[in-house]
Amino acid sequence: MTSVGKEEWAIVVSGLTKHYGEVVAVDEVSFKVPQGEIFALLGPNGAGKTTTIRMLVGLSCPTAGDAQVAGFGIGADLVRLKETVGVVPETSNLYEELTLLQNLIFMAELYGVPRGERRGRAERLLAEFGLLDMRETIFRNLSRGFKRRLTIAAALIHSPQVLFLDEPTLGLDVMAARNLREMIRELNRDGTTVFLTTHNIPEAEALANRVGIIVKGRLIALESPEALRLKAQAATIIELNLERLPEPVIEDFSALPFVSQAYKEGDSRLRVVLEEVTSPAREAPAGPAGIYEVIQLAQSKGLRIRSLSTIRPTLEDAFVQLTGVEAEVMRMDKVSSPGARPGSSGGGD
Amino acid sequence: MFPAVIILAMYLKDPQGIQRIAPGLIAMTLLFGNTSMAAIVVTFEKRIGALERLLLAPVSRPALIGGKVMSAAAFGLLTSTIISIGYIVIFKHMPLRPGLLALTLLLGSVLFASLGTFISLAVKEVFEAMTVCNYVRFPLIFVSGVFTSIKVLPRPLLPIAYISPLSYAVDGVRQSFAGEGGIFPIYLDLILLALYGCLFFVLAVWGLKRRIQKEY
Repeated sequence: MTSVGKEEWAIVVSGLTKHYGEVVAVDEVSFKVPQGEIFALLGPNGAGKTTTIRMLVGLSCPTAGDAQVAGFGIGADLVRLKETVGVVPETSNLYEELTLLQNLIFMAELYGVPRGERRGRAERLLAEFGLLDMRETIFRNLSRGFKRRLTIAAALIHSPQVLFLDEPTLGLDVMAARNLREMIRELNRDGTTVFLTTHNIPEAEALANRVGIIVKGRLIALESPEALRLKAQAATIIELNLERLPEPVIEDFSALPFVSQAYKEGDSRLRVVLEEVTSPAREAPAGPAGIYEVIQLAQSKGLRIRSLSTIRPTLEDAFVQLTGVEAEVMRMDKVSSPGARPGSSGGGD
Repeated sequence: MFPAVIILAMYLKDPQGIQRIAPGLIAMTLLFGNTSMAAIVVTFEKRIGALERLLLAPVSRPALIGGKVMSAAAFGLLTSTIISIGYIVIFKHMPLRPGLLALTLLLGSVLFASLGTFISLAVKEVFEAMTVCNYVRFPLIFVSGVFTSIKVLPRPLLPIAYISPLSYAVDGVRQSFAGEGGIFPIYLDLILLALYGCLFFVLAVWGLKRRIQKEY
């Protein structure tokens, strides 16, 4: 671990950049993750999350910048770095034709676990992950959720200091995703630093101590979920539940002078973020006056309002305010994956 | 089965000539068995993500390529050994220098497995790997003394025959059966097989590095 003052950093990233030809996948990203934290990198598809993980685990070479993971530089001693990290890729890629036990023993061998300890460690992990009864099952015959579990178990076979998870609950049903999240919390309680990427906002909110928001390769915010929410709370958000919501009218709401943002939530709900009045000289009708203006516009557009409420901003609202990327886009991002459940907070998307 | 069928076909065509042609066919088995297995293993592992899993492990690139080459070479060596033993038993043609035969098969296996690994890292799919392998293999068969001696090749083809690593494998196998009468000195066959093996191994490690840079 890298020690700075009293704090021990599990990950230190400085100006990390990755270009693919003309495309900038990751753009001068810098952050630090203290030991024992769950850190989530949140962003839509193509934001640079997986590229960042790949650089941090030594799979991809950065175009510029540097990083240290568990005290090892990503450009220097890759073999030593890989010994100290566990990686769970987006797609479970263990050997299909091997049993669960054989897969874990093979991984133990690959990571240099002494011969005498391999079987014991593998069986202990299978028991911890609720897979011991299935140890002789062929990997390809497992459900997606169990495959994910075994992939995480395989990443832990050498007791890594830092665990990297790329979209850990992608494609899982609600229950499997919940179980997996609980497992990640337990691993963290046992002292493992967890670095995960997700496009699932509720998942980041539920799991992470801190969330880094990455869009188009740039890290645009890095706070605890609570701090991000507080940022969003500085503004008033009103939610209109409408009978129908034609897409073009959203722009009309955005164009109101005191509205910082308007976006669709679900099928027919419209969220309007009213700007905070920070200057007494400004005459924007914030607060109740702003709400009145919004209602007037809705009526002038012929929109029938079923209900109206002011809401406590969630991390999702903070994300939308910070990035301009609609939450709906994030939910739909990976919906093409089998088993995905768009819109569920269970993390299946 | 392919080499066995070819040997049988050659025998039926010319029973007296089988002893002349069999060493070339055994060397050809080395070439096909090793390159095919390496190409299939590497491209398939790339496709299912297992190669990425290996790249994430604390294993150096040469060690990773070494593993792939050894597994393909083991298969190629087994295939060519079975063909050799089958030939020896059926046609009662004992090699005069069995140790030399074993060494030639071993060096040839590592060489052609490295060549197959190098090719498979340059392409994406199994069929692409096979296509590229065939572009290399078939010309080599016709210029390396498998069916006809290098001595009778037209002069313009001789440089290619001397560059071809298969020429030295054919010559090594032929000398191990006949005890003498090779095109090249036996030490040259063995040294060049080993050097070509090293060259293709280094190229395969470089190919892996290039593939990682391209894909990740």
